[in-house]
Amino acid sequence: MAGSNGIASQDWAGRYDHIDQILNTPGPRTSPAFMAGDGVKDFLRNQAKILVIGAGGLGCEILANLALTGFKDIHVIDMDTIDISNLNRQFLFRPKDVGQPKATVAAEFIMKRVPGIKVTPYFGKIQDKDDEYYMQFNLVICGLDSVEARRWINATLVNLVDPENLESLKPLIDGGTEGFKGQARVILPTITSCYECSLDMLNKPTAFPICTIANTPRLPEHCIEWASVLEWPRVHRDKKMDTDDPDHINWLYTVASARAREFKIEGVTWSLTQGVVKNIIPAIASTNAIIAAACCNEAFKIATSSAAFLNNYFMLIGTEGVYSYTFEHEKRDDCPVCGGESLEMSIGPEITVEELIDMLTEKQDIQIKKPSLSSGSIQIYLQAPPQLEAITRPNLQKKVSELLPTGGEVTVTASTLPFNLSLNITYK
Amino acid sequence: MIKIWSMKKNEDAAAKKKPKVSAAQIRVQKDLTELDLPATMQTNFPDPADLLNFILTITPDEGMYKGGAFVFSFAINSNYPHDPPKVKCTQTIYHPNVDLEGNVCLNILREDWKPVLNLNSVMVGLQYLFLEPNADDPLNKEAAVEMSKARDQFLSNVKSSMRGANIKGVQYANVLVR
Repeated sequence: MAGSNGIASQDWAGRYDHIDQILNTPGPRTSPAFMAGDGVKDFLRNQAKILVIGAGGLGCEILANLALTGFKDIHVIDMDTIDISNLNRQFLFRPKDVGQPKATVAAEFIMKRVPGIKVTPYFGKIQDKDDEYYMQFNLVICGLDSVEARRWINATLVNLVDPENLESLKPLIDGGTEGFKGQARVILPTITSCYECSLDMLNKPTAFPICTIANTPRLPEHCIEWASVLEWPRVHRDKKMDTDDPDHINWLYTVASARAREFKIEGVTWSLTQGVVKNIIPAIASTNAIIAAACCNEAFKIATSSAAFLNNYFMLIGTEGVYSYTFEHEKRDDCPVCGGESLEMSIGPEITVEELIDMLTEKQDIQIKKPSLSSGSIQIYLQAPPQLEAITRPNLQKKVSELLPTGGEVTVTASTLPFNLSLNITYK
Repeated sequence: MIKIWSMKKNEDAAAKKKPKVSAAQIRVQKDLTELDLPATMQTNFPDPADLLNFILTITPDEGMYKGGAFVFSFAINSNYPHDPPKVKCTQTIYHPNVDLEGNVCLNILREDWKPVLNLNSVMVGLQYLFLEPNADDPLNKEAAVEMSKARDQFLSNVKSSMRGANIKGVQYANVLVR
């Protein structure tokens, strides 16, 4: 730990010799912005603050890599506790740690092992933290296993971007692995394609036709799906299945096993049951190591400008040999998070919703027809379906200023708009 | 630290902060307000402020299910459109592709769902099940067997089930349009 002597005292002679070879002198292709020497070292070691989201398979690797490259102020968030099945690859954890929060144990391990590094853990959800929290970092690296969490942090960082404040743009480096496959990408919110832009590239989770599950099961997975998709709601009604509750998994396992016996199917086991309902794909330590290394390389390059960074998507397919491919994923104009257009509108306080809609439809540059308007959870006017149109119709005669404070944001969608439009309304 | 901001100079400087509306919310607003439904389908929002949970009523105007009103619940989660909407039939009906619990066998609700599909495609798909029930992908196996082996019996079962009859110990809901 950095004691009263300060962090510098921990930097024994030669500690960063290898890294310094990169940072001491510019190369023929380094960016002109690269301040070789003490400036960049000071930024990396004394100023840069980096957030790691996830302290699991990727997170453990990322934390170790960052600490060893010289990042000294690292924060880590994870909502999980350590399970015994994590120990084969999440090497910051030991059998005695089972049941403890991953973030806390990982932070303590790194601080003990790598002197002079401060790792600040948070045991909880990324959604617990507000914009102010995310504003304090220079960079965010994710090693997550859920689409939902990625979408959330991506949207949060895109929303954080404020053209008036250069510091508000936080590069997001996202790593992900599935068995022998993995990907690393660099997202510069609002500048390059974001996570939401590529949502339709995702493989859908394996789902079996429900009729197969119901009638002609052939695989052990079919029996498990039958237990979880059809039998659980039938027997337990509104009680929600908790895939982290061993009793629930036990129940599914018992029901699926009986089903398998009936159809003479072999292979239903407790761990397969858990794997199917939690959609677990076996994690491979070496894939995690490769992807974490790729992510941390990008973090280092972005933080130091010492080399060109990834533009913007790297994928690794290790199923047959080692294949990798890097390409630029393009930004989507119709992306609901980073795409779309925004307009500032300054209107009179007496303007009604109907008049605002007329103003929108008359705007030549956006060519909008039959727009629907909402603001957060308030539906201002929806063109369809008929019931919602009827409910929101009285709003047409209301003044916009009655429904919306100044600076209020309105989300506009219309069939003629391939993207969504956001209006920032102020009153004259 | 790289000077990212300079990369933004070519962009429209007016790029403004976007509202804090989730991507799922925007997609649902877009999907719903652009629904193009025939007269045979109607949506109903029990809580009009909640666009994520609603009811769809299908009243086929042709085919063997003509005369019935079939009610489905839609539940959309915050991971839409990555996750498909959850759709269930709220009545006990006699249909080869709908089981007695209300589960629906429609490929685009499960294995063939893609984010490029929308609520309109799901609704049209549901209506199609009433025009062309499919005995090859059964969820109510008895109904499916009846449909392919004894079509007349099947048609008569459909008719009586829609009136709320009890067939082989199963009490069906009266779905006739009143």
